[in-house]
Amino acid sequence: MKKYRALFRIRFLNALQYRAAAVAGMATQFAWGFMEIFAFAAFYRTNQAAFPMTFPQTVSYIWMQQAFLALFMMWFWENDIADAVVSGGVAYEMVRPLDLYSRWFCQIAANRLARALLRCAPILVVAFLVPEPYRMSLPPNLSQLFLFLLSTALSLGVVVSFSLLMYISLFFMLSPMGVRIIVAVFSDFLAGAIIPLPFFPESLRALVELLPFAAMQNMPLRIYSGHIAGAAAWQGIALQVFWLAALLPAGRLAMRRALKKVIVQGG
Amino acid sequence: MITLQHICKTFRVAKRRAGFGQAVKALFSREYELVHALQDVSFHIDDGEMVGYIGPNGAGKSTTIKIMCGILTPDSGECDVDGRTPWRERVAHVHEIGVVFGQRSQLWWDVPIIDSFELLRDIYKVEKRQFQNNLDELTALLDLSEILKTPARSLSHGQRMRCEIAASLLHKPRTLFLDEPTIGLDATAKIAFRQFIKKRNAEHGTTVILTTHDMQDIEALTGRILLIGNGRILLDGSLADLKKHVSESKTLIVEYAGVQPDLDEGMRLSEANEGRMIVTVDPSVLSVSDAIIRLAAQTELLDVSVSGVSSEEMVAALYKEYRI
Repeated sequence: MKKYRALFRIRFLNALQYRAAAVAGMATQFAWGFMEIFAFAAFYRTNQAAFPMTFPQTVSYIWMQQAFLALFMMWFWENDIADAVVSGGVAYEMVRPLDLYSRWFCQIAANRLARALLRCAPILVVAFLVPEPYRMSLPPNLSQLFLFLLSTALSLGVVVSFSLLMYISLFFMLSPMGVRIIVAVFSDFLAGAIIPLPFFPESLRALVELLPFAAMQNMPLRIYSGHIAGAAAWQGIALQVFWLAALLPAGRLAMRRALKKVIVQGG
Repeated sequence: MITLQHICKTFRVAKRRAGFGQAVKALFSREYELVHALQDVSFHIDDGEMVGYIGPNGAGKSTTIKIMCGILTPDSGECDVDGRTPWRERVAHVHEIGVVFGQRSQLWWDVPIIDSFELLRDIYKVEKRQFQNNLDELTALLDLSEILKTPARSLSHGQRMRCEIAASLLHKPRTLFLDEPTIGLDATAKIAFRQFIKKRNAEHGTTVILTTHDMQDIEALTGRILLIGNGRILLDGSLADLKKHVSESKTLIVEYAGVQPDLDEGMRLSEANEGRMIVTVDPSVLSVSDAIIRLAAQTELLDVSVSGVSSEEMVAALYKEYRI
């Protein structure tokens, strides 16, 4: 375990040093967050009752999403891993006494956590200070906050294990672009990154809420905003546990198969 | 101790001819060509040996190294490194080996070298005191003290290669695999590198397996050479053996004052300038000392140097002979 902790640590430290990227990222997230909230506000003005989530819930959903973007978004791309597979640098990873799957899991989780921690504070501060009704609210009670934290951790697990499947698929492909674009577009749409899942049409929503994408940001953000609570929240967490338990062994299996027929590209 | 027996490895490579039409055709049906990277490769290397593994590009050198490192799984054949099959017991196996791929980097680009080293320490579970000793030794020998705190991205290629070598030895591996380690290094760095490896081998008994295109690496380092071509081991022997295989002839470079001497049977003139000539001697006809005596009898010799065929010439001749 110690070696994975060490890996986590160095990745974490490494990710903390990109200050300019963090500032740029925060600026984007402020802009995006305000834009999205204003757009929703315009819709809500026509008829408050016509929407599945209350306006304060939607506002909290969007602010938390922007604050912890790095934890949740599938389009975050781990260049080191993709490069290692595509250019053959993976050879060096394989001469280490490490399980490659665990190693990459650590690396991605550490990167996402470090980026999120570096960026979340200013966004949270602003989100709590802007005037009503655009201000973010606290979760309804402490137990809801606890459920949110639990769900966030699981969500990170699902995001990382899902993205690992994507990186493993690169062993069978020459260019990462196709996988990257398709996965980013579909998964972020289906995870509720563009509009929250409750806004989906009823028939589609019933299906989408069972997919692994629903076990990503959808759960923690809706729990935080109070849109799902109590038994429903636990049910959501159960879905996350289910998908994590399915994705981890699937990824390990895929990795084993990939490594068995690995070809180190570029000599 | 390393034993390879009947190792075969085939890659499937997609092929198509140039041109748009061919590219479109390849969308629907692809032609594959089987590349036999290794065909029935067998050899044995003892503990503490230094072995040079040579062959032209694409001969299968790197593939063999990668199999011995546990990265690639061969199609058939057995490989035993210190009692383990690398690709079956990869994690246990890689604890005992160090690897340097000259064309890739194992250092973290954006963090100081020492951070990379400490990460390796934790990955290989090297004990703190042991690690410090190893690091001190490597720092002194490879002159790293100035650059340990610099990020890898800010180092020159030569500095980075010194760090790469140190990184591969921090856990004191029994076997060291060097895949084209001197590629792109300047003359001083190459010499320092060779001295270091030699010392390491002598003091720690580290087995060294080296692939290179630089014959001076081979000359300076390895007692034994494996020649591979088209996926087969063609020759296995010492540098002297291989040279003998190619040609036993010696080259005399003679500087003289006076008349140009005539040559006897067994001597052939390769080049002649004013006061200087290059003569090739076939030792099966005429011994080198006899040749010198005969030259000296005819004129006043100022300087004579004797050399065999150079390693570069030898390799070129071998590649030609085996059509690889």
